Amino acid sequence: MKPFEYLRPSDVSEAVAALAANPEAQVLAGGTNLVDLMKYDVTHPGAVIDINRLPLKEIEQLEDGTFRIGALVSNSIAAYHAGIAGELPLLSSAILAGASPQLRNAATCGGNLLQRTRCYYFYDASTPCNKREPGSGCGAVGGVNRIHAILGASQHCIATHPSDMCVALAALDTVVDVAGPTGDRQIPFLDFHRLPGDHPERDNTLQQGEIVTAIRVSGGHFKRHHSYLKLRDRLSYAFALVSVAAALDIGEDGTILDIRVALGGVAHKPWRDPLAETECAGQPANRDTFQALATRLLAGARGQGDNDFKIEMARRAIVRALEQAAAGTPQIQSHKAIF
Amino acid sequence: MDLLSNRSSASGLPVSLTINGAHHDVSVDPWVTLLDLLRGPLSMTGTKKGCDHGQCGACTVLIDGERINSCLKLAVSLDGAEITTIEGLGTPDNMHPLQKAFVEHDAYQCGYCTPGQICSAAGLLKEGHAHSREEIRELMSGNLCRCGAYTNIADAIEDVMQAENVGAHREAAE
Ligand SMILES: Cc1cc2nc3c(=O)[nH]c(=O)nc-3n(C[C@H](O)[C@H](O)[C@H](O)COP(=O)(O)OP(=O)(O)OC[C@H]3O[C@@H](n4cnc5c(N)ncnc54)[C@H](O)[C@@H]3O)c2cc1C
Ligand code: SF4
Ligand code: FES
Ligand code: FES
Repeated sequence: MKPFEYLRPSDVSEAVAALAANPEAQVLAGGTNLVDLMKYDVTHPGAVIDINRLPLKEIEQLEDGTFRIGALVSNSIAAYHAGIAGELPLLSSAILAGASPQLRNAATCGGNLLQRTRCYYFYDASTPCNKREPGSGCGAVGGVNRIHAILGASQHCIATHPSDMCVALAALDTVVDVAGPTGDRQIPFLDFHRLPGDHPERDNTLQQGEIVTAIRVSGGHFKRHHSYLKLRDRLSYAFALVSVAAALDIGEDGTILDIRVALGGVAHKPWRDPLAETECAGQPANRDTFQALATRLLAGARGQGDNDFKIEMARRAIVRALEQAAAGTPQIQSHKAIF
Repeated sequence: MDLLSNRSSASGLPVSLTINGAHHDVSVDPWVTLLDLLRGPLSMTGTKKGCDHGQCGACTVLIDGERINSCLKLAVSLDGAEITTIEGLGTPDNMHPLQKAFVEHDAYQCGYCTPGQICSAAGLLKEGHAHSREEIRELMSGNLCRCGAYTNIADAIEDVMQAENVGAHREAAE
Protein backbone atom coordinates (compact mmCIF):
# COMPACT_ATOMS: atom_id res chain seq x y z
CA MET A 1 0.00 0.00 0.00
CA LYS A 2 1.30 3.46 -0.85
CA PRO A 3 1.47 5.92 2.06
CA PHE A 4 -1.38 8.38 2.32
CA GLU A 5 -2.74 11.13 4.52
CA TYR A 6 -5.48 10.03 6.90
CA LEU A 7 -8.33 12.35 7.79
CA ARG A 8 -11.27 11.68 10.04
CA PRO A 9 -14.02 14.29 9.67
CA SER A 10 -16.84 14.33 12.18
CA ASP A 11 -19.63 15.71 10.03
CA VAL A 12 -20.80 15.68 6.43
CA SER A 13 -19.74 19.23 5.58
CA GLU A 14 -16.19 18.63 6.83
CA ALA A 15 -16.01 15.43 4.80
CA VAL A 16 -17.29 17.13 1.65
CA ALA A 17 -14.88 20.06 2.10
CA ALA A 18 -11.91 17.71 2.57
CA LEU A 19 -12.90 15.63 -0.46
CA ALA A 20 -13.59 18.64 -2.68
CA ALA A 21 -10.27 20.25 -1.72
CA ASN A 22 -8.14 17.30 -2.81
CA PRO A 23 -8.68 15.52 -6.15
CA GLU A 24 -6.39 12.73 -4.91
CA ALA A 25 -8.54 12.01 -1.85
CA GLN A 26 -10.88 9.02 -1.54
CA VAL A 27 -13.54 8.16 0.99
CA LEU A 28 -13.17 5.16 3.32
CA ALA A 29 -16.35 3.52 4.61
CA GLY A 30 -16.28 -0.22 5.44
CA GLY A 31 -13.00 -0.52 3.55
CA THR A 32 -13.83 -3.96 2.10
CA ASN A 33 -13.29 -2.72 -1.43
CA LEU A 34 -11.03 0.33 -1.05
CA VAL A 35 -8.43 -1.36 1.19
CA ASP A 36 -8.38 -4.38 -1.12
CA LEU A 37 -7.77 -2.17 -4.18
CA MET A 38 -5.08 -0.20 -2.36
CA LYS A 39 -3.24 -3.42 -1.50
CA TYR A 40 -3.17 -4.35 -5.19
CA ASP A 41 -2.06 -0.82 -6.06
CA VAL A 42 -5.08 -0.50 -8.36
CA THR A 43 -5.79 2.77 -6.63
CA HIS A 44 -3.47 4.88 -4.50
CA PRO A 45 -5.30 7.81 -2.92
CA GLY A 46 -3.11 10.66 -1.69
CA ALA A 47 -5.53 11.06 1.19
CA VAL A 48 -8.04 8.72 2.78
CA ILE A 49 -11.06 10.40 4.31
CA ASP A 50 -12.49 8.07 6.93
CA ILE A 51 -16.21 8.87 7.08
CA ASN A 52 -17.07 6.29 9.73
CA ARG A 53 -17.71 8.97 12.39
CA LEU A 54 -20.34 10.71 10.28
CA PRO A 55 -23.92 10.45 11.58
CA LEU A 56 -25.19 8.37 8.64
CA LYS A 57 -26.07 5.14 10.47
CA GLU A 58 -29.85 5.42 10.80
CA ILE A 59 -32.63 3.56 9.04
CA GLU A 60 -35.92 5.43 9.15
CA GLN A 61 -39.28 4.79 7.57
CA LEU A 62 -40.78 7.97 6.16
CA GLU A 63 -44.50 8.73 6.29
CA ASP A 64 -45.10 7.49 2.75
CA GLY A 65 -43.54 4.14 3.65
CA THR A 66 -40.18 4.80 1.99
CA PHE A 67 -37.14 3.50 3.84
CA ARG A 68 -34.28 5.98 4.17
CA ILE A 69 -31.11 3.99 4.77
CA GLY A 70 -28.05 5.97 5.90
CA ALA A 71 -24.91 5.51 3.79
CA LEU A 72 -23.01 4.01 6.74
CA VAL A 73 -25.62 1.40 7.67
CA SER A 74 -23.92 -1.97 7.26
CA ASN A 75 -25.18 -4.42 4.66
CA SER A 76 -26.08 -6.86 7.48
CA ILE A 77 -28.10 -4.35 9.47
CA ALA A 78 -30.02 -3.29 6.38
CA ALA A 79 -30.75 -6.89 5.32
CA TYR A 80 -31.99 -8.05 8.73
CA HIS A 81 -33.88 -4.85 9.62
CA ALA A 82 -37.40 -6.01 10.46
CA GLY A 83 -39.11 -3.26 8.45
CA ILE A 84 -36.95 -3.78 5.37
CA ALA A 85 -37.16 -7.58 5.54
CA GLY A 86 -40.94 -7.28 5.85
CA GLU A 87 -41.69 -4.58 3.29
CA LEU A 88 -38.79 -4.91 0.86
CA PRO A 89 -37.84 -8.59 1.07
CA LEU A 90 -36.30 -8.42 -2.43
CA LEU A 91 -33.71 -5.99 -1.10
CA SER A 92 -32.91 -8.13 1.96
CA SER A 93 -32.58 -11.21 -0.19
CA ALA A 94 -30.23 -9.55 -2.68
CA ILE A 95 -27.98 -8.24 0.08
CA LEU A 96 -27.82 -11.69 1.69
CA ALA A 97 -26.86 -13.22 -1.66
CA GLY A 98 -23.69 -11.11 -1.71
CA ALA A 99 -20.22 -11.57 -0.21
CA SER A 100 -20.03 -13.31 3.22
CA PRO A 101 -21.52 -12.59 6.65
CA GLN A 102 -18.33 -10.99 7.96
CA LEU A 103 -17.92 -8.86 4.81
CA ARG A 104 -21.55 -7.77 5.05
CA ASN A 105 -20.93 -6.74 8.67
CA ALA A 106 -18.17 -4.39 7.51
CA ALA A 107 -19.56 -3.29 4.15
CA THR A 108 -21.78 -0.20 4.12
CA CYS A 109 -24.78 0.57 1.92
CA GLY A 110 -23.04 3.64 0.45
CA GLY A 111 -19.87 1.66 -0.26
CA ASN A 112 -21.86 -1.12 -1.89
CA LEU A 113 -23.12 1.33 -4.55
CA LEU A 114 -19.59 2.59 -5.18
CA GLN A 115 -17.72 -0.70 -5.25
CA ARG A 116 -15.56 -1.11 -8.34
CA THR A 117 -15.70 -3.84 -10.99
CA ARG A 118 -14.11 -7.25 -10.40
CA CYS A 119 -12.64 -7.35 -13.96
CA TYR A 120 -9.35 -9.30 -13.65
CA TYR A 121 -7.45 -6.79 -15.78
CA PHE A 122 -8.67 -3.88 -13.71
CA TYR A 123 -7.22 -5.70 -10.66
CA ASP A 124 -3.90 -6.49 -12.32
CA ALA A 125 -1.96 -3.22 -12.41
CA SER A 126 0.54 -4.70 -14.90
CA THR A 127 -2.07 -4.98 -17.69
CA PRO A 128 -3.76 -2.25 -19.75
CA CYS A 129 -7.14 -1.07 -18.50
CA ASN A 130 -9.02 2.04 -19.54
CA LYS A 131 -10.93 2.12 -16.29
CA ARG A 132 -7.80 2.08 -14.14
CA GLU A 133 -5.67 4.12 -16.52
CA PRO A 134 -7.66 6.00 -19.17
CA GLY A 135 -6.25 5.55 -22.66
CA SER A 136 -4.14 2.48 -21.87
CA GLY A 137 -6.48 0.04 -23.65
CA CYS A 138 -8.68 -2.81 -22.51
CA GLY A 139 -7.19 -6.19 -21.71
CA ALA A 140 -10.57 -7.88 -21.57
CA VAL A 141 -11.65 -7.16 -25.17
CA GLY A 142 -10.17 -10.13 -26.98
CA GLY A 143 -8.78 -11.44 -23.69
CA VAL A 144 -10.24 -13.64 -20.99
CA ASN A 145 -13.74 -12.27 -20.56
CA ARG A 146 -15.90 -14.93 -18.99
CA ILE A 147 -17.29 -12.57 -16.32
CA HIS A 148 -17.77 -9.58 -18.60
CA ALA A 149 -20.71 -7.64 -20.01
CA ILE A 150 -23.21 -8.75 -22.64
CA LEU A 151 -25.22 -5.53 -22.64
CA GLY A 152 -24.33 -1.85 -22.92
CA ALA A 153 -20.57 -2.36 -23.28
CA SER A 154 -18.33 -0.11 -25.34
CA GLN A 155 -15.17 -0.81 -27.30
CA HIS A 156 -13.28 0.83 -24.43
CA CYS A 157 -14.63 -1.25 -21.56
CA ILE A 158 -16.73 -4.39 -21.14
CA ALA A 159 -16.69 -4.51 -17.33
CA THR A 160 -19.71 -5.28 -15.16
CA HIS A 161 -20.91 -3.76 -11.92
CA PRO A 162 -20.53 -6.50 -9.31
CA SER A 163 -23.13 -5.54 -6.70
CA ASP A 164 -26.11 -7.70 -5.76
CA MET A 165 -27.78 -5.08 -3.58
CA CYS A 166 -27.81 -2.60 -6.47
CA VAL A 167 -29.74 -5.01 -8.69
CA ALA A 168 -32.60 -5.04 -6.19
CA LEU A 169 -32.36 -1.27 -5.76
CA ALA A 170 -32.67 -0.87 -9.53
CA ALA A 171 -35.80 -3.02 -9.59
CA LEU A 172 -37.42 -1.13 -6.70
CA ASP A 173 -38.03 2.63 -6.59
CA THR A 174 -34.79 4.11 -5.34
CA VAL A 175 -33.25 7.55 -5.03
CA VAL A 176 -29.70 8.31 -3.87
CA ASP A 177 -29.19 11.25 -1.48
CA VAL A 178 -25.94 13.05 -2.16
CA ALA A 179 -24.12 15.91 -0.40
CA GLY A 180 -21.56 17.98 -2.26
CA PRO A 181 -19.69 21.28 -2.32
CA THR A 182 -22.64 23.02 -3.99
CA GLY A 183 -25.29 21.50 -1.73
CA ASP A 184 -27.47 18.41 -1.51
CA ARG A 185 -29.18 16.69 -4.41
CA GLN A 186 -31.03 13.48 -5.19
CA ILE A 187 -30.12 11.14 -8.02
CA PRO A 188 -32.71 8.65 -9.33
CA PHE A 189 -31.08 5.23 -8.97
CA LEU A 190 -31.22 4.37 -12.67
CA ASP A 191 -29.16 7.52 -13.35
CA PHE A 192 -26.62 6.83 -10.60
CA HIS A 193 -24.45 4.26 -12.40
CA ARG A 194 -23.46 4.85 -16.02
CA LEU A 195 -22.51 2.86 -19.09
CA PRO A 196 -18.79 2.94 -19.97
CA GLY A 197 -18.99 4.74 -23.33
CA ASP A 198 -15.85 6.82 -23.91
CA HIS A 199 -15.22 7.27 -20.18
CA PRO A 200 -15.01 3.89 -18.47
CA GLU A 201 -12.97 5.49 -15.68
CA ARG A 202 -16.25 6.93 -14.44
CA ASP A 203 -18.51 4.34 -12.83
CA ASN A 204 -21.24 6.74 -11.79
CA THR A 205 -22.57 10.27 -12.03
CA LEU A 206 -21.24 11.61 -8.73
CA GLN A 207 -19.34 14.88 -9.13
CA GLN A 208 -15.96 15.66 -7.59
CA GLY A 209 -16.41 16.27 -3.86
CA GLU A 210 -19.79 14.56 -3.57
CA ILE A 211 -20.56 11.79 -1.10
CA VAL A 212 -23.58 9.54 -0.78
CA THR A 213 -25.44 10.22 2.47
CA ALA A 214 -28.42 7.84 2.14
CA ILE A 215 -30.56 5.78 -0.19
CA ARG A 216 -34.35 6.00 -0.23
CA VAL A 217 -36.17 2.85 -1.29
CA SER A 218 -39.81 1.97 -1.71
CA GLY A 219 -41.72 -0.84 -3.38
CA GLY A 220 -43.94 -2.38 -0.71
CA HIS A 221 -46.46 -3.48 -3.36
CA PHE A 222 -43.93 -6.15 -4.45
CA LYS A 223 -43.64 -7.84 -1.09
CA ARG A 224 -45.74 -10.86 -2.09
CA HIS A 225 -44.22 -11.50 -5.51
CA HIS A 226 -40.47 -11.14 -5.77
CA SER A 227 -37.31 -13.20 -6.17
CA TYR A 228 -33.57 -12.56 -6.30
CA LEU A 229 -31.96 -15.33 -8.30
CA LYS A 230 -28.16 -15.35 -8.42
CA LEU A 231 -26.19 -17.76 -10.60
CA ARG A 232 -22.47 -18.15 -9.91
CA ASP A 233 -19.53 -20.52 -10.13
CA ARG A 234 -19.90 -21.78 -6.56
CA LEU A 235 -22.96 -21.78 -4.36
CA SER A 236 -21.92 -19.04 -1.97
CA TYR A 237 -19.29 -16.31 -1.49
CA ALA A 238 -18.87 -15.69 -5.21
CA PHE A 239 -19.89 -12.85 -7.51
CA ALA A 240 -22.81 -13.31 -9.88
CA LEU A 241 -22.32 -14.49 -13.43
CA VAL A 242 -25.93 -13.48 -13.96
CA SER A 243 -28.45 -12.36 -11.38
CA VAL A 244 -32.08 -11.29 -11.64
CA ALA A 245 -34.17 -9.16 -9.31
CA ALA A 246 -37.77 -9.85 -10.24
CA ALA A 247 -40.81 -8.14 -8.75
CA LEU A 248 -44.48 -8.40 -9.63
CA ASP A 249 -47.75 -6.88 -8.57
CA ILE A 250 -50.53 -9.16 -9.80
CA GLY A 251 -54.22 -8.27 -9.95
CA GLU A 252 -57.02 -10.53 -8.78
CA ASP A 253 -57.66 -11.65 -12.35
CA GLY A 254 -54.06 -12.84 -12.68
CA THR A 255 -52.90 -10.00 -14.91
CA ILE A 256 -49.86 -7.86 -14.31
CA LEU A 257 -50.36 -4.51 -12.58
CA ASP A 258 -46.64 -3.76 -12.23
CA ILE A 259 -43.55 -5.74 -13.18
CA ARG A 260 -39.86 -5.09 -12.64
CA VAL A 261 -36.82 -6.98 -13.85
CA ALA A 262 -33.26 -5.86 -13.17
CA LEU A 263 -30.21 -7.86 -14.22
CA GLY A 264 -26.84 -8.09 -12.48
CA GLY A 265 -23.52 -9.36 -13.80
CA VAL A 266 -24.36 -8.45 -17.39
CA ALA A 267 -23.55 -4.74 -17.76
CA HIS A 268 -21.63 -1.76 -16.39
CA LYS A 269 -24.75 -0.99 -14.33
CA PRO A 270 -27.79 -2.94 -13.17
CA TRP A 271 -29.76 -3.48 -16.41
CA ARG A 272 -33.42 -2.54 -16.72
CA ASP A 273 -35.83 -1.70 -19.52
CA PRO A 274 -38.73 0.26 -17.98
CA LEU A 275 -40.52 0.68 -21.32
CA ALA A 276 -40.64 -3.07 -21.95
CA GLU A 277 -41.98 -3.52 -18.41
CA THR A 278 -44.75 -0.97 -18.93
CA GLU A 279 -45.90 -2.84 -22.00
CA CYS A 280 -46.41 -5.99 -19.91
CA ALA A 281 -49.10 -4.31 -17.83
CA GLY A 282 -52.48 -5.97 -18.34
CA GLN A 283 -50.95 -9.19 -19.68
CA PRO A 284 -51.27 -12.48 -17.83
CA ALA A 285 -48.50 -13.22 -15.32
CA ASN A 286 -47.39 -16.39 -17.04
CA ARG A 287 -44.46 -18.00 -18.81
CA ASP A 288 -45.35 -16.66 -22.26
CA THR A 289 -45.32 -13.10 -21.01
CA PHE A 290 -42.07 -13.66 -19.11
CA GLN A 291 -40.37 -15.26 -22.12
CA ALA A 292 -41.38 -12.39 -24.36
CA LEU A 293 -40.02 -9.90 -21.84
CA ALA A 294 -36.74 -11.84 -21.53
CA THR A 295 -36.32 -11.86 -25.30
CA ARG A 296 -36.89 -8.15 -25.38
CA LEU A 297 -34.51 -7.37 -22.52
CA LEU A 298 -31.76 -9.34 -24.23
CA ALA A 299 -32.43 -8.14 -27.77
CA GLY A 300 -29.19 -6.15 -27.90
CA ALA A 301 -27.08 -8.70 -26.03
CA ARG A 302 -23.68 -9.50 -27.50
CA GLY A 303 -21.13 -11.97 -26.17
CA GLN A 304 -17.38 -11.33 -26.07
CA GLY A 305 -16.34 -14.95 -26.64
CA ASP A 306 -15.83 -16.52 -23.23
CA ASN A 307 -19.05 -15.05 -21.88
CA ASP A 308 -21.40 -15.98 -24.75
CA PHE A 309 -23.11 -18.46 -22.41
CA LYS A 310 -24.42 -15.57 -20.33
CA ILE A 311 -27.00 -14.63 -22.95
CA GLU A 312 -28.85 -17.93 -22.74
CA MET A 313 -28.23 -18.12 -18.99
CA ALA A 314 -29.77 -14.67 -18.51
CA ARG A 315 -32.78 -15.54 -20.66
CA ARG A 316 -33.55 -18.61 -18.58
CA ALA A 317 -32.81 -16.86 -15.29
CA ILE A 318 -35.25 -14.04 -16.09
CA VAL A 319 -38.07 -16.48 -16.81
CA ARG A 320 -37.26 -18.59 -13.75
CA ALA A 321 -37.03 -15.62 -11.38
CA LEU A 322 -40.33 -14.22 -12.66
CA GLU A 323 -41.99 -17.62 -12.22
CA GLN A 324 -40.65 -17.83 -8.68
CA ALA A 325 -41.98 -14.33 -8.04
CA ALA A 326 -45.39 -15.06 -9.56
CA ALA A 327 -45.75 -18.23 -7.49
CA GLY A 328 -44.83 -16.37 -4.32
CA THR A 329 -41.89 -18.73 -3.76
CA PRO A 330 -38.78 -16.53 -3.88
CA GLN A 331 -35.33 -18.07 -4.13
CA ILE A 332 -34.11 -18.76 -0.59
CA GLN A 333 -30.47 -17.76 -0.26
CA SER A 334 -29.54 -20.55 2.16
CA HIS A 335 -31.31 -23.20 0.10
CA LYS A 336 -29.35 -23.64 -3.07
CA ALA A 337 -31.79 -25.70 -5.09
CA ILE A 338 -33.56 -23.59 -7.70
CA PHE A 339 -37.23 -24.46 -8.08
CA MET B 1 -11.43 17.40 11.83
CA ASP B 2 -10.38 14.84 14.35
CA LEU B 3 -7.04 13.63 13.21
CA LEU B 4 -4.48 14.18 10.51
CA SER B 5 -1.32 12.54 9.43
CA ASN B 6 1.04 13.34 6.66
CA ARG B 7 2.35 10.86 4.17
CA SER B 8 5.85 10.66 5.56
CA SER B 9 4.55 9.96 9.03
CA ALA B 10 7.45 8.30 10.81
CA SER B 11 5.79 8.24 14.17
CA GLY B 12 2.36 6.86 13.31
CA LEU B 13 -0.99 7.79 14.77
CA PRO B 14 -2.23 7.07 18.27
CA VAL B 15 -4.88 4.35 18.46
CA SER B 16 -6.39 2.90 21.56
CA LEU B 17 -7.97 -0.52 21.45
CA THR B 18 -9.30 -2.98 23.97
CA ILE B 19 -8.12 -6.40 22.89
CA ASN B 20 -9.40 -9.44 24.78
CA GLY B 21 -10.21 -7.20 27.72
CA ALA B 22 -6.79 -5.52 27.93
CA HIS B 23 -6.28 -1.89 27.02
CA HIS B 24 -3.64 -1.08 24.38
CA ASP B 25 -2.41 2.37 23.39
CA VAL B 26 -0.41 1.93 20.24
CA SER B 27 1.00 4.08 17.50
CA VAL B 28 0.36 2.85 13.96
CA ASP B 29 0.87 4.10 10.43
CA PRO B 30 -2.52 4.61 8.78
CA TRP B 31 -1.89 1.89 6.17
CA VAL B 32 -1.47 -0.88 8.78
CA THR B 33 -4.39 -3.31 8.94
CA LEU B 34 -5.76 -4.67 12.20
CA LEU B 35 -4.49 -8.10 11.14
CA ASP B 36 -0.92 -6.87 10.69
CA LEU B 37 -1.08 -4.92 13.95
CA LEU B 38 -2.20 -8.03 15.84
CA ARG B 39 0.30 -10.41 14.33
CA GLY B 40 3.21 -7.95 14.17
CA PRO B 41 3.72 -5.36 16.91
CA LEU B 42 1.26 -7.02 19.31
CA SER B 43 2.62 -10.55 18.75
CA MET B 44 -0.85 -12.09 18.86
CA THR B 45 -0.46 -14.68 16.15
CA GLY B 46 -3.63 -16.65 16.85
CA THR B 47 -5.40 -14.70 14.10
CA LYS B 48 -4.24 -16.02 10.72
CA LYS B 49 -3.49 -14.43 7.38
CA GLY B 50 -4.72 -16.53 4.48
CA CYS B 51 -5.40 -14.37 1.45
CA ASP B 52 -5.10 -10.82 2.88
CA HIS B 53 -7.98 -9.80 0.54
CA GLY B 54 -11.25 -10.72 2.23
CA GLN B 55 -11.52 -13.99 0.33
CA CYS B 56 -10.90 -16.68 2.96
CA GLY B 57 -12.03 -15.63 6.45
CA ALA B 58 -8.86 -16.88 8.23
CA CYS B 59 -8.40 -13.41 9.73
CA THR B 60 -11.91 -13.18 11.21
CA VAL B 61 -12.06 -11.49 14.64
CA LEU B 62 -14.88 -9.90 16.60
CA ILE B 63 -14.92 -6.10 16.49
CA ASP B 64 -17.41 -4.63 18.95
CA GLY B 65 -18.98 -8.09 18.98
CA GLU B 66 -19.33 -8.48 15.22
CA ARG B 67 -17.31 -10.86 13.08
CA ILE B 68 -15.18 -8.93 10.59
CA ASN B 69 -12.25 -9.74 8.27
CA SER B 70 -9.34 -8.02 10.02
CA CYS B 71 -7.23 -7.96 6.84
CA LEU B 72 -9.48 -5.27 5.30
CA LYS B 73 -9.73 -3.00 8.34
CA LEU B 74 -7.23 -0.20 8.79
CA ALA B 75 -6.28 -0.26 12.47
CA VAL B 76 -6.38 3.52 12.68
CA SER B 77 -10.07 3.51 11.72
CA LEU B 78 -10.89 1.38 14.79
CA ASP B 79 -9.80 3.80 17.51
CA GLY B 80 -11.85 3.03 20.62
CA ALA B 81 -13.03 -0.42 19.46
CA GLU B 82 -13.24 -3.62 21.48
CA ILE B 83 -11.65 -6.58 19.78
CA THR B 84 -11.86 -10.28 20.61
CA THR B 85 -9.47 -12.73 18.98
CA ILE B 86 -9.16 -16.49 19.38
CA GLU B 87 -6.77 -15.85 22.31
CA GLY B 88 -9.59 -14.06 24.11
CA LEU B 89 -12.38 -16.59 23.54
CA GLY B 90 -10.92 -19.23 25.81
CA THR B 91 -7.72 -20.82 27.11
CA PRO B 92 -6.52 -24.43 26.91
CA ASP B 93 -7.68 -24.91 30.52
CA ASN B 94 -10.93 -23.05 30.11
CA MET B 95 -12.10 -23.52 26.56
CA HIS B 96 -15.00 -21.71 24.92
CA PRO B 97 -17.83 -24.16 24.09
CA LEU B 98 -16.99 -23.77 20.39
CA GLN B 99 -13.34 -24.60 21.01
CA LYS B 100 -14.40 -27.71 22.94
CA ALA B 101 -16.82 -28.74 20.20
CA PHE B 102 -14.17 -28.28 17.49
CA VAL B 103 -11.86 -30.61 19.44
CA GLU B 104 -14.63 -33.14 20.06
CA HIS B 105 -15.69 -33.18 16.42
CA ASP B 106 -12.19 -33.10 14.99
CA ALA B 107 -13.26 -30.02 13.03
CA TYR B 108 -9.88 -29.37 11.43
CA GLN B 109 -6.88 -31.02 9.87
CA CYS B 110 -4.02 -28.50 9.59
CA GLY B 111 -5.81 -26.03 11.88
CA TYR B 112 -4.87 -22.92 9.93
CA CYS B 113 -8.43 -21.79 9.27
CA THR B 114 -9.62 -22.78 12.76
CA PRO B 115 -9.19 -19.50 14.68
CA GLY B 116 -11.15 -17.72 11.94
CA GLN B 117 -13.79 -20.47 11.87
CA ILE B 118 -14.28 -20.29 15.63
CA CYS B 119 -14.44 -16.49 15.80
CA SER B 120 -16.84 -16.54 12.88
CA ALA B 121 -18.99 -19.20 14.56
CA ALA B 122 -19.05 -17.09 17.74
CA GLY B 123 -20.36 -14.19 15.64
CA LEU B 124 -22.89 -16.49 13.97
CA LEU B 125 -24.28 -17.67 17.32
CA LYS B 126 -24.61 -14.12 18.59
CA GLU B 127 -26.35 -12.95 15.40
CA GLY B 128 -28.96 -15.66 15.78
CA HIS B 129 -29.91 -15.95 12.10
CA ALA B 130 -28.98 -19.61 11.65
CA HIS B 131 -31.76 -22.05 12.56
CA SER B 132 -30.84 -25.11 10.50
CA ARG B 133 -27.78 -26.91 9.25
CA GLU B 134 -28.34 -25.39 5.82
CA GLU B 135 -28.34 -21.92 7.32
CA ILE B 136 -25.23 -22.67 9.37
CA ARG B 137 -23.46 -23.72 6.18
CA GLU B 138 -24.57 -20.65 4.25
CA LEU B 139 -23.72 -18.28 7.09
CA MET B 140 -20.31 -19.90 7.61
CA SER B 141 -19.49 -19.66 3.90
CA GLY B 142 -17.17 -16.71 4.54
CA ASN B 143 -14.66 -19.14 6.07
CA LEU B 144 -12.86 -21.40 3.66
CA CYS B 145 -11.12 -24.58 4.81
CA ARG B 146 -8.42 -25.77 2.46
CA CYS B 147 -8.41 -29.15 4.22
CA GLY B 148 -12.14 -29.56 3.66
CA ALA B 149 -13.19 -30.14 7.26
CA TYR B 150 -16.56 -28.53 6.52
CA THR B 151 -18.75 -31.44 7.62
CA ASN B 152 -17.15 -31.62 11.06
CA ILE B 153 -17.11 -27.83 11.40
CA ALA B 154 -20.86 -27.73 10.75
CA ASP B 155 -21.34 -30.61 13.25
CA ALA B 156 -19.40 -28.74 15.94
CA ILE B 157 -21.36 -25.54 15.46
CA GLU B 158 -24.68 -27.36 15.31
CA ASP B 159 -23.88 -29.03 18.64
CA VAL B 160 -23.11 -25.75 20.39
CA MET B 161 -26.17 -24.13 18.88
CA GLN B 162 -28.41 -26.93 20.14
CA ALA B 163 -26.83 -26.86 23.60
CA GLU B 164 -27.42 -23.10 23.76
CA ASN B 165 -31.04 -23.52 22.71
CA VAL B 166 -31.62 -26.19 25.35
CA GLY B 167 -30.02 -23.86 27.91
CA ALA B 168 -32.19 -20.96 26.82
CA HIS B 169 -35.38 -23.06 27.00
CA ARG B 170 -34.45 -24.29 30.46
CA GLU B 171 -33.84 -20.72 31.63
CA ALA B 172 -37.17 -19.62 30.18
CA ALA B 173 -38.94 -22.49 31.91
CA GLU B 174 -37.38 -21.76 35.30
C1 LIG C 1 -14.13 -11.45 -1.26
C2 LIG C 1 -15.25 -10.51 -1.54
C3 LIG C 1 -16.44 -10.99 -2.07
C4 LIG C 1 -17.49 -10.13 -2.33
N1 LIG C 1 -18.64 -10.63 -2.88
C5 LIG C 1 -19.66 -9.79 -3.18
C6 LIG C 1 -20.85 -10.26 -3.78
O1 LIG C 1 -21.02 -11.44 -4.02
N2 LIG C 1 -21.84 -9.36 -4.06
C7 LIG C 1 -21.69 -8.03 -3.77
O2 LIG C 1 -22.62 -7.27 -4.04
N3 LIG C 1 -20.57 -7.55 -3.23
C8 LIG C 1 -19.55 -8.39 -2.93
N4 LIG C 1 -18.41 -7.90 -2.39
C9 LIG C 1 -18.22 -6.45 -2.34
C10 LIG C 1 -18.72 -5.77 -1.12
O3 LIG C 1 -20.12 -5.80 -1.11
C11 LIG C 1 -18.22 -4.33 -1.21
O4 LIG C 1 -16.82 -4.35 -1.05
C12 LIG C 1 -18.84 -3.44 -0.17
O5 LIG C 1 -20.23 -3.33 -0.34
C13 LIG C 1 -18.21 -2.05 -0.23
O6 LIG C 1 -18.65 -1.30 0.89
P1 LIG C 1 -17.60 -0.64 1.89
O7 LIG C 1 -18.38 0.16 2.86
O8 LIG C 1 -16.69 -1.64 2.46
O9 LIG C 1 -16.84 0.32 0.88
P2 LIG C 1 -15.36 0.89 0.88
O10 LIG C 1 -14.40 -0.17 0.52
O11 LIG C 1 -15.11 1.68 2.10
O12 LIG C 1 -15.52 1.89 -0.35
C14 LIG C 1 -15.78 1.44 -1.66
C15 LIG C 1 -15.77 2.65 -2.61
O13 LIG C 1 -16.86 3.49 -2.33
C16 LIG C 1 -16.44 4.80 -1.97
N5 LIG C 1 -17.39 5.22 -0.93
C17 LIG C 1 -17.75 4.50 0.17
N6 LIG C 1 -18.75 5.13 0.84
C18 LIG C 1 -19.01 6.26 0.15
C19 LIG C 1 -19.96 7.31 0.33
N7 LIG C 1 -20.83 7.32 1.34
N8 LIG C 1 -19.96 8.33 -0.58
C20 LIG C 1 -19.08 8.33 -1.61
N9 LIG C 1 -18.17 7.36 -1.84
C21 LIG C 1 -18.15 6.33 -0.97
C22 LIG C 1 -15.01 4.65 -1.56
O14 LIG C 1 -14.28 5.82 -1.77
C23 LIG C 1 -14.55 3.52 -2.46
O15 LIG C 1 -14.23 4.00 -3.72
C24 LIG C 1 -17.35 -8.75 -2.06
C25 LIG C 1 -16.17 -8.26 -1.52
C26 LIG C 1 -15.12 -9.12 -1.25
C27 LIG C 1 -13.85 -8.58 -0.66
S1 SF4 D 1 -13.23 -4.31 -19.25
FE1 SF4 D 1 -13.03 -2.26 -18.40
S2 SF4 D 1 -12.21 -2.66 -16.37
FE2 SF4 D 1 -11.77 -4.51 -17.59
S3 SF4 D 1 -9.77 -4.19 -18.60
FE3 SF4 D 1 -11.29 -3.42 -20.01
S4 SF4 D 1 -11.36 -1.24 -19.48
FE4 SF4 D 1 -10.45 -2.25 -17.73
S1 FES E 1 -6.82 -13.11 5.36
FE1 FES E 1 -8.55 -11.86 5.62
S2 FES E 1 -10.05 -12.91 4.50
FE2 FES E 1 -8.26 -14.04 4.00
S1 FES F 1 -8.16 -27.24 8.83
FE1 FES F 1 -6.67 -26.86 7.29
S2 FES F 1 -7.55 -25.14 6.31
FE2 FES F 1 -9.16 -25.74 7.60
